[in-house]
Amino acid sequence: METTAEDMTKACELSFSRPASDTLLVRLKGSWTIGHKLPSGAEVQNQIESDPTIQRVTFDAGELSGWDSGLLSFLTNIINQCSAKNITVSQEGLSEGIRKLLHLAFAVPERKGARKEAVRDSLLNRIGASAIDVGQASIDTLSFIGDTFLAFLKFLVGKARFQRSDLMITIQQCGVQALPIVSLISLLVGLIFAFIGAVQLMMFGAQIFVADLVAIAMTRVMGAVMVGVIMAGRTGAAFAAQIGTMQVNEEIDALQTLGISPMEFLVLPRMLALILMMPLLCIYADLMGILGGFIVGVSMLDISSIQYINQTIKAMNLYHFFIGIVHAIVFGVLVALAGCLRGIQCGRSASAVGQATTSAVVTGIVAIVIATAIITVACNILGI
Amino acid sequence: MSANQANKEPHIIVNDLTMAYGSFVVQRDLTFTVNREDVFIIMGGSGCGKSSLMRHMVGLKSPAKGQVFYEDVNFWEAEVEQRDQIMKNIGILYQSGALWSSMTLAENIALPLNEYTDLSPSQIREIASFKLSLVGLTGFEDYYPSEISGGMRKRAGLARAMALDPDILFFDEPSAGLDPISASLLDELILELRESLGATIIVVTHELASIFAIGNNSVYLDANKKTMTAAGDPKKLLAETEDPELRRFLTRGKS
Repeated sequence: METTAEDMTKACELSFSRPASDTLLVRLKGSWTIGHKLPSGAEVQNQIESDPTIQRVTFDAGELSGWDSGLLSFLTNIINQCSAKNITVSQEGLSEGIRKLLHLAFAVPERKGARKEAVRDSLLNRIGASAIDVGQASIDTLSFIGDTFLAFLKFLVGKARFQRSDLMITIQQCGVQALPIVSLISLLVGLIFAFIGAVQLMMFGAQIFVADLVAIAMTRVMGAVMVGVIMAGRTGAAFAAQIGTMQVNEEIDALQTLGISPMEFLVLPRMLALILMMPLLCIYADLMGILGGFIVGVSMLDISSIQYINQTIKAMNLYHFFIGIVHAIVFGVLVALAGCLRGIQCGRSASAVGQATTSAVVTGIVAIVIATAIITVACNILGI
Repeated sequence: MSANQANKEPHIIVNDLTMAYGSFVVQRDLTFTVNREDVFIIMGGSGCGKSSLMRHMVGLKSPAKGQVFYEDVNFWEAEVEQRDQIMKNIGILYQSGALWSSMTLAENIALPLNEYTDLSPSQIREIASFKLSLVGLTGFEDYYPSEISGGMRKRAGLARAMALDPDILFFDEPSAGLDPISASLLDELILELRESLGATIIVVTHELASIFAIGNNSVYLDANKKTMTAAGDPKKLLAETEDPELRRFLTRGKS
C-alpha cells in the first residue's frame, strides 16, 4: 500500500534540453501511467516548432519509474508529428519493452481508405440524400404492404403456410393478456369524459346528457383509439422486437433459404391475431368506458342508475357501434403492419432492435391518428 | 482421389460475380466452379466477403453483376418455383446456428419436413430424433435453443440443415466458437456426410486445420485486391503458390 501511495506522489514530468544544436532531448521522469495526469504532446510540438533547426529527437527515460499505454500513446504522437516534419526520432534512450511495443504499433502501415473521414456534406447534398432516403423508404413500405396483401390472399384461398400454434399464442398475447390494461385505461377515459361533460352540462341543468356524451364518444371513436394506442405500445413493439431479434440471429435467413416466406410465416399470424382481437377489445373498452361514465353519473350527478342506463340505450345506435368496430379493424391492420415492417427492416445489431421497437410504436400511433382523422371526415361526408 | 477426379461434374458455377452493398464493392470478378461431391472451401482473411459470397450463392442477396448457375439453371434469372426447388435442395448451417428460438430442437427440424413432405407427425418426430442423434444430441428433442450451449446449438443447426437430405450443404464458419476436439469432430462429420449422402459441401472458413483436413477444392478471396486470387485444391495451392499474400495466409504468416 505504501508503494502505491509513494507512486502517486511521483507524478510524471517532462523536461527538455539541447545537447547539440540540431537535437532535442526529451527527458521523461516519474510514473507515466494512465492513472496520472499526463503532459500533452503539444508541449513537445511547441519545442519543435519554436526552433526549425531541430533535426533529431532523442529520449532519456533513465528516471522513469513506471509506464503503460499512457506513455506509449504520447510517444506515438511525437513520432507521428516528427515523421510528418522529416525529423529523425532516435529511440535509443527508451527501454527495450517500450521500443518493442512501438515497433509493433508501427509494424502494419495504415490501410488506405480504412480511416473514416468526417466528411461534411453541403446542405444541398444532405437535403438531396434525405429526399432519396424518403423515396426509398416509401417504396419499401409500399412493397411490404403489397407482400402482406398477397400473403393475405394466399391465406384466403387456404394456401398460406404458418403454424396454427403461433397464431394461437399471438391471439392469447394480444387478446386476453391485454385485458387488464385495457380495462384500466378505458374506465378512466370514461370517467374523464363524464367529468368534463358534467362541468359544462350542469350549467344548463342538463347533466343527464352526460350519458349520451360518454356512450357516443366511447363507442364511436374513443374506445377504438384507446385500444389502438395501447396495442401499438404493447403488441406493436413486441412484434418489432421479436422479428427484429430473429433478423439479428439469422433466423429469418434460415426461413427464406428453406423457401418459407417470412411474410406468411411471421407477419400473417400476427396480422390475423390483431384483426381478430382488436374489435373484441374495442367492444370491451366501450363497455368499460360507459361503466366509467355510469360511476360518475350515479355517484356525483344524482342520476339514478336506471335513468342513466335508459339514457345510454336511447343515445346509442348501431351506426356508432359499427363505426367503432371499423376503426378497431383498421387500427389492428395498422399496428400489425407497423410492428412487422419495422421488425423485418431491422438491422443486424442490438441497437437496431431498439430503434425498430421505438419506430414501430411511433409509426403505429401516427398511423392511428391519421386514420382516425380520415375515417371521421369520411363519415361526416357520408352523413353517418 | 483419382476416381473422384475422373468423374468431376460441375454442380455450381459462379460466373463473373460482383458483390456490392450500395456503391461499396465487396468483391468483384469471381469465377469458379464447384464440382459434385467436392468439399469446397471459401477462404480468406476476416472481412473479405466470405459470408457475403455464401449469401449470394444461396439466394439471400442478389449479385450486383454476374450469375450463379446450379447445374444449368441460372439461379437469379430462374422462375420463382424453380428457385424454390433449388433452395429446397440446399441445407445451410449458419454461423450461430440460427435455430428458431420459439421452437424446440425437434420442432426446428420438423418444420421443413412439415412444409415439404406428407409424413405423419409421428414419422416426422422419429426423423427429427434420428437427425439429432446423428449430431450427438440424442435426448435433447424438447430443449429450446436458449437452454443449450453454443456448440450444441451449432450441431442442432446442422441437424436442421440436413432435415430434407439436401444435395448441397453450406457451412458458415463451422468451427468458430468450438473447442479443438468438437471442431475436428465436426470436420469428420462433414467428410462422413459427403461420403454417405453424396452431398456437395461448401465451407466458409479461415480455420487452416479444417481447410487442409477436409478441403479438396477452394477459392481464396483477397480483401485488399477485392477479388479472388487463387482457386483449386488448398494442399496444392500451399505447395505451388507464388502469391505472397496467399502463402502467408496458408502458413499462418510464417513465410
